Amino acid sequence: MKRWLTEGFVLVIAGVVAFPLFWMVLSAFKPEDEIISADPVPWTTRPTLDSFTRALTVANFGRYFLNSVVVALIVVALSILISFLAATALTRFRFRSRTTLLIMLLVVQMVPVEALTVPLFFLMRSVGDSVPAFGLNHLGSLVLVHLAFSLPFAIWMLRGFVAAVPVELEEAATLDGASRFRFLWQVLFPLVAPGLVATSVLSFIHAWNDFLFAKTFIISAVENQTLPLALQVFVKPDQNDWGAIMAGSTLMTIPVLIFFMLVQRRLMSGLAGAVKG
Amino acid sequence: MTARGQGRTAFAYLTPALLVLAGLLAYPIYQLVLISLYDYGQEQVSGGAPLTFLGLGNYQNLLGNQQFWTVLGQTVAFAAVCVVGTLIVGAFLAILATTVRTWVRMTLFLAALGAWSTPAVAGSTIWLFLFDANFGFVNEVLGIQGFSWTFDKWTAFGLVAAQVIWCSFPFVMVTLYAGIKAIPGEVLEAAALDGASAFRTAWSVTLPLLRPIILVVTIQSIIWDFKVFTQIYVMTNGGGIAGRNLVLNVYAYQQAFAASEYGLGAAIGVVMTVLLLVITLFYLRALRRSGEAL
Repeated sequence: MKRWLTEGFVLVIAGVVAFPLFWMVLSAFKPEDEIISADPVPWTTRPTLDSFTRALTVANFGRYFLNSVVVALIVVALSILISFLAATALTRFRFRSRTTLLIMLLVVQMVPVEALTVPLFFLMRSVGDSVPAFGLNHLGSLVLVHLAFSLPFAIWMLRGFVAAVPVELEEAATLDGASRFRFLWQVLFPLVAPGLVATSVLSFIHAWNDFLFAKTFIISAVENQTLPLALQVFVKPDQNDWGAIMAGSTLMTIPVLIFFMLVQRRLMSGLAGAVKG
Repeated sequence: MTARGQGRTAFAYLTPALLVLAGLLAYPIYQLVLISLYDYGQEQVSGGAPLTFLGLGNYQNLLGNQQFWTVLGQTVAFAAVCVVGTLIVGAFLAILATTVRTWVRMTLFLAALGAWSTPAVAGSTIWLFLFDANFGFVNEVLGIQGFSWTFDKWTAFGLVAAQVIWCSFPFVMVTLYAGIKAIPGEVLEAAALDGASAFRTAWSVTLPLLRPIILVVTIQSIIWDFKVFTQIYVMTNGGGIAGRNLVLNVYAYQQAFAASEYGLGAAIGVVMTVLLLVITLFYLRALRRSGEAL
């Protein structure tokens, strides 16, 4: 009897927690008149794709979706390459400044990147003078900052995965005549792939969700906006097109949801590991 | 390989990472401090006026400004409410999760995972819509159509805090659940054999064993909730009417990019960084105590 009560209570809580997401998807499929009705109901008998069509055509969400995908994917690709090399250097080699570098990596993760908007804004402005593609109003500026923000954690997390590959394997590969380069990319890289997946999902989500830097850097080039910014632009205090906004939110949330589901097990064991030591 | 050879290869592997981090993190941190020492406004940016070195002038200006203290107080209070709320909800649900069958627990975790992974901007707009004065479902259920949650300062803060708790309790819940599960069954059985009540076991056995994990999730939550930007910005439309819903992060942004007081904005950024570094020191100590090694 008591367990039934607890379980019922937990299920109600789960429902409450999931409700905003349910409401988002439901509203995205509701016809216009049901959305701006004074008596909203938690169901619809006339599901329609109108809101998605409006979001994709009028609000041009397709373009912003593509921009977000491009930024996030380039960040992930670069961050995999760079952090893999750095993590290998920090785990496979012994050199003098190693411990100092590790401590700096840890400290740098704690710097609130939000505080860096002012200097980064001016940095991107001067970068743009010589290389426009990486300057203000261009997606390159977003790639640069998100790469920098995701590297410290990616390197930190990959260290464990690289360290788990036995040193004997490298010795065997060397004996078999494999060059250092071949060992790195044909032996070590595939072996740490699970770790790379977990870190790249985090980098992806980080870049995908960013609102502050997109808002700061993409000032006038509307065609280079990313999803979070575009979504905010359509929230106006007077007459919101809630249907299109909810359709846009749905489009924005689903990729993250899928990625999160894919790696949640690894992510959680990683987090628990980080906590338990 | 010789030690020198090792060092050289390691350095080659590290070069790309070091270049990116030096150029896009270390240099901006240095620039942040530098800009905060200058009178850096619109004229200086466009080259119409010479740069004047103020020394600590921006900081004096800031500390003498009533609004800064109000915003600082609001930031601390807002973060405190979010942290306490997140911890209570997360801990309560983690404990409940240990007492129910697997499919019930998986349902709860799945819902939490959804809330956790929702992008902040999307989450904020969904909540705004749910609590919309005229078309929102919440007002319909409560029968208070036309009531604006975002107009009043305190209901606006409350709404944002609720949204922040919604998307941050899952981390606490999952971590604490893992922590509870990691406690060996024999320990709890021994307590039960000794005649300890369920409450006594929770209070005197489970809680002390979980202390390091609780400490880490608390400090992690403080770090996160102290620098909430997106939710405040989106839900209160840039810091509320006449800036009454500002927190430090949004305040710095508005000073720099809306008022073109870049020097002042940078000074607020420095203050925030210092405050967070102090919290971080506690974090590192907590990590070391719970056995994390470099």
